This record gives sequence, structure tokens and C-alpha cells, in this order.
Amino acid sequence: MFDTLEPSSLPPEDEALRSRVRALAAAATAARPADVRARSWQGFDADFSRKLGAAGLLGLTLPKAYGGGERGPFARFVVVEELLSAGAPVAAHWIADRQSAPLILNYGTEAQRQFYLPRICRGELFFCIGMSEPGSGSDLASVRTRAERTAGGWRVNGQKIWTTGAMHCDYMIALLRTSGSAEDRHAGLSQLIIDLKAPGITIRPIVDLTGDAHFCEIFFEDVDLPADALIGAEGEGWKQVTAELAFERSGPERIYSSVVLLDAWARHLQHIGRDDPAVRALVGDFTARLATLRAMSIACTARLAAGESPVVEASLVKDLGTAFEQHLPVAIGDDLAAHPDEPVSDELYRTLTYVTHVAPSFSLRGGTREILRGIIARGMGLR
Amino acid sequence: MTDFLDPFERMIAALFSPAAVRAAERGEPDDRAWSELAASGFLDALVPEDAGGAGVSFADIVPLWLVLGRHAVPCPVGETMIARALLAQAGRAAPDGPIAIAAQAPGAAGRVIGAALGRHLLVEWEGNLYLAAVPGEADGGDRELAASVRWDSEAATPVGPIVPGGLRRAAAVLRAALIAGAADRLTTMTAGYANVRIQFGKPIGKQQALQQQLAVMAEDMVAARIAAHIGGAGSFPPALAAAATAKSVASGAAARVAAIAHAVHGAIGISEEYDLQLYTRRLQAWRLADGSESYWNRLLGAERLAAPSGSVDFVRTALAPA
Ligand SMILES: Cc1cc2nc3c(=O)[nH]c(=O)nc-3n(C[C@H](O)[C@H](O)[C@H](O)COP(=O)(O)OP(=O)(O)OC[C@H]3O[C@@H](n4cnc5c(N)ncnc54)[C@H](O)[C@@H]3O)c2cc1C
Repeated sequence: MFDTLEPSSLPPEDEALRSRVRALAAAATAARPADVRARSWQGFDADFSRKLGAAGLLGLTLPKAYGGGERGPFARFVVVEELLSAGAPVAAHWIADRQSAPLILNYGTEAQRQFYLPRICRGELFFCIGMSEPGSGSDLASVRTRAERTAGGWRVNGQKIWTTGAMHCDYMIALLRTSGSAEDRHAGLSQLIIDLKAPGITIRPIVDLTGDAHFCEIFFEDVDLPADALIGAEGEGWKQVTAELAFERSGPERIYSSVVLLDAWARHLQHIGRDDPAVRALVGDFTARLATLRAMSIACTARLAAGESPVVEASLVKDLGTAFEQHLPVAIGDDLAAHPDEPVSDELYRTLTYVTHVAPSFSLRGGTREILRGIIARGMGLR
Repeated sequence: MTDFLDPFERMIAALFSPAAVRAAERGEPDDRAWSELAASGFLDALVPEDAGGAGVSFADIVPLWLVLGRHAVPCPVGETMIARALLAQAGRAAPDGPIAIAAQAPGAAGRVIGAALGRHLLVEWEGNLYLAAVPGEADGGDRELAASVRWDSEAATPVGPIVPGGLRRAAAVLRAALIAGAADRLTTMTAGYANVRIQFGKPIGKQQALQQQLAVMAEDMVAARIAAHIGGAGSFPPALAAAATAKSVASGAAARVAAIAHAVHGAIGISEEYDLQLYTRRLQAWRLADGSESYWNRLLGAERLAAPSGSVDFVRTALAPA
């Protein structure tokens, strides 16, 4: 079962990107303590994203004609892996590079491609994802925010929530109801590219439990958009979103959220010289799981590279990956506190605290555990 | 890569039907099955071509071992493949018949999987391999086909040196692949059962609680399989980190997979006449054989802690897929 997930390896030409990314990431993170690096996903640094763009490390999966690297998902895997394991600030370009650009390439008009893609590749245009609403989280098909046709284009009314990075972004790709009602479920949904500077839009950051503000609520009051705001076909929003989620769920980002903490802890053990059988077993367990998850994520990336949309496989890797990411702070906290007489640096303690508090979000963002398991069950022929 | 995989699976399915597996467990193995296997040449799959074998790469052997797990093969087929490869590496002719493998001191008793059906034991001790005779009898009613084995260094034939730990590492990758294969079969059986067993007027597989458990089972199964492939990705016998990763992840998955398979099946899964137990009992045995997850985790952790690199660099350089 699930034989499509086969071991695969990173092509040498993509591996060759590693040293370039590593140098840039090292420069960007040199002055940042581990608890700041642990905020890799939340670290908004437009300068750094532009540097990545200038180095040709964004839009790697896009054709050269649009400023891309004309490589493939494996190249992106290498770049993302390096950025996340260094704890580099990726928030600015993160979503545009991962989701919006492939979506625009696949479904956009030629004019849309030419306008957005080169700017994304240069690290100049930042995107956010407008799927969730106060009443629609797991049940995405129930979105109520509407876009109505006007003489010149579309008028949007409603509200989005939990939109990561919206306060810094240029555009949102929103899933909206363009016909029918929430009862029509998958029919009547469309995706629109919304210029976040358009009149009628209010963006309010939401502070999270760690004190950070990285996601937002967004209100749309008679927001007028041009006709070419529609991306893809009207009414095809559900299909497009499903394909987009395969990009969102399969990458190495679903394994590495706690890796800065893992490394900080390993350095602590090495520094203090604690190397008993119990801690060896714990380190070994983490290492074996990390190696296996990485191989699974590469296997999933190979499906993307083959032009497939591995929705079920990506769900499988994401659920297992986020369970690992969430297990790390629990087990590392237990280990450190099991040795109360051992000095722990403030930096390591703050990193542990941050990752512990934010860890519940790992299995929420991008689709909850229960929803992913439902998708896997469907893939097993149970639904 | 695997033009030989389908013929191998067909042969194994024909030779080791559930009825044949049960017969072997009753102490009535089918000798013709072994002769057919030997005649097929697959026992020498890992032996280099210039030594008369098939010269299949280690990475391509792992899928064959998955097949053995999928069919709950009771004889030490994978063990014999390993033994014949190591004997060939040492320039030695292999004896006929099943060979069990173990790493243990002379004189000490150790439980060895497959020893009940093996005529010979290839054993590693202090960096050297020895070929010994085994009693060839199951000892106990647990139907694991494991036997408590002692070997005598005076009576054994010295074979030659081996990378220290190499035999146990090879065995660990074999067990990981067997676990992954059995887990694959169990996942298919269990999802299939959930679709036909009706309670409260609908298939139990329509219950979300069971769907969630089955999804977890599938995740564990796939992880075990990918880990087994990591075990086979490098040299033979494998490096410590590769073997440890394979066995740690597969052993960790084994008990959970068996538990969910039984939970979903309800009482029928416990009964002897239903095939489920052929696979779940082996999962549990293979989990413990040649080092459990904690054993391998300790070794892997020591190697990781001795490395100056970060975690991702460590797994990337020591444990990348083939
Ligand atoms: C850090 C973070 C960043 C995010 N960024 C974005 C973003 O950029 N853009 C965006 O659009 N959204 C974003 N989200 C929102 C995220 O996608 C949703 O939180 C998620 O889909 C769950 O929706 P919900 O929070 O409304 O929970 P609910 O859907 O209300 O779910 C609550 C609980 O009920 C369970 N549940 C719901 N339905 C079922 C069912 N049918 N069967 C079983 N269990 C069920 C869920 O699994 C969960 O455990 C972000 C979330 C987080 C935490």
C-alpha cells in the first residue's frame, strides 16, 4: 500500500546549491540567538528574501522565462532544508515561493504570470493565503466571504482569519464564494488575487501565546478588484486549492520546525559531556526518526517532481512530521528537567520555552491532524 | 531495477501459503519449498556474480526482504541470503540448507529467530565469523520458530574476519524489512476488513475513530518501509547508523501496527484460524530480534553525539536514501 512513496535521492546539480544557500543563511543568522532562529517561519526579513532572489534561490521551480530557476522541487527542497536548519528568516518569501508562484504558473493567465512571477523570483512580492475564516477552518468548503461580479470586475465582502504574514504582504490569494451558498459546498468557489492595498481592507495582527504577532484577521468591505483578479477558472477554486495544499504539506518544513531546539540541546549535551545510555537512546530515537522523515519528504518531493499532486502522501508525511516536531520539545524538556542540577543556558531555556508553547500550532497550520488522517483514510479506500 | 521482484513474489506466495506457514509452525516444514528456493538461485542474490551469485545490490535486496515479510515466511530465507553473501565474501563455500544468523559468545545461550528450521548457524564473535551446527528443533510452544541456541567454538568452523558488528547490522536491516513487509500486509488486511465488517448498520471503516487509527497505521507502515530502505542504501554489511535507523524506526512501528491491526479486527483477530496472527506474532518477534529500538537508539545516539555537525547535516550525510 502507498507504494508510490519510493526512496529517492537529491540530484547532484540540486545538491550543488547547498553551499550557496548555506553561506547566505549563515550570514543572516550569525547574530541571532537560538530562540530567535527557532522563529524561522515567523522571521520576516524582506532584505534577506531579496538576497535569496538575487542569488537565484527563489522560484526555483519556475521557468526561466518568468525569472525562475527552471529546476524542480528537489532544488527547492535543498534550499528550504538549509534555510530551516539554520533558522533563517523565511517568512517574507515563504508562501509566494512555495504556493502562490506554482499556483499562478499552473492556473494564471499569461499576463498574470508575467506580472507576478518575475517579482516573486526576485524576492520583491510577498503573498499570503486567505483560506480560513472564523466559521471555516477544517471545513474549508464552507467559506462565506463573497466576491460578486461588478461591471469592472469583482466586489469582495467578508472576513478572513489566521492569515500568516498579511500585515507585511502585498497580495493575498483568497478562496472566495463567487456563486451559490455555503450549502453548495465545493461548487461556486473561486480563487482571487487580492491587492492588500486596495481600499476597504482592514488588517489586524493577532498576538499569539508567545507574544508574537504573525497571523492576522482581515476585513473586506466593498473591496473593488479588477476583472483579472480571478486566478484560474471561476468555480474551480476547490480543485485548485486541493492541488495547492499538496505543495503546502509535503515539504521539509513539516519536519524541521523544532530542529533549532534539537541542535541547541545536542550542543548542550556535548558541551556538558552528558552521554549516558538514556540520553543516547533519546538522541538515537530523534536521529532515526529525522532521517526517516527526511527520506519520506524527499520521496514525496519526487512525486511533485514527476508532475503529480501527491495529496494523500503529503498528508501522511505531514502528520508524521508534525508529530515528531511536537514530540521534540516535550522530550527535550523532560530530559533537561530530569537533570535539575545541570546548568542550562538562558538561550537554550528560552528556545525550549518558545518551541514548547508554539508547538501545538505545528499540527494545526496547513490542515489539522484529524483532517489529514481523514484524507489518508480516503486514500486507503475507507471513505 | 526490479524485474526479478515479481517472479520472486509469485514464488514466495506459492511456496508459503498461510497453510504452509502453519505447517512449518507445527514443526512440519515443507522440504520441497526449500529445494525450490535453493534451485531458484535467489538464496545467492547478494553473492557477487564472479563468485557464482546473482550480484544484486544491497539496495535491491531490501524489496525482496519486504516480500518475505508480506508472506510471513517462516524459514530463515533472508538470513540464508546474508550468510551466503558473507561466506562468499570470505571465499568460503556455503553449506546446503537454511542458515540462521546470530552474534553471540560461544557457550552462551541466545534466542535465534529461524534457528528452529536452520541446520547451520553463522555466528559473529569478536570480529570473526564461525559456521556452527544447530540442534534444529523448536524449543517451546510459542511457534516463533526461534530456538535457544548455544554454539561451541571448538566444534565450529572459523570463516574469517568481519567488520565488528556487521552481522548484527545486516540482521537488523533484514528484520526492519520483514517488519515493513508484514506491516504492509497487515495494513491492507485491516483496511479491507474495516470495509466489510458491519456494525451498527454500516462498515466499521466508516467510523471516524477507526479511520484515524488506520491512518496512523499506514504512516507507521510507510515509515518502516522507508527506514528499511535507508538501511540498505549503503554498503553491505551496513554502516551502524544505517542499520540503527532501519531497526529503530521499524521496531518502534511494529508494536503499534500490531496493536491497531488487532484493535480493528476485534476478537476474530485473536483466533488461530484467522491469518492475522501469522503476521502480528512475527511483527512482535522481529521487533525484539537482533536488538530492539532502544538498543539501536543507544548506538545511534552515541554516534550522533560524537559528531560535531548539526542534526540535519548528520542525517543528510550519514543517512540519505539511496
Ligand atoms: C500558526 C498558524 C498559521 C496559520 N496560517 C494560516 C494562513 O496563512 N492562512 C489560512 O487560511 N489559514 C491559516 N491558519 C489556519 C489553519 O489552517 C486552521 O487553524 C486549521 O485549518 C484548523 O481550523 P480551525 O482553527 O478553525 O479549527 P476547527 O476547524 O474548528 O477545528 C477544531 C478541532 O476540531 C477538529 N475537527 C474539525 N472538523 C473535524 C472533522 N470533520 N473530523 C474530525 N475532527 C474535526 C480539528 O481537527 C481540530 O482538532 C493558520 C493556523 C495557525 C495555527
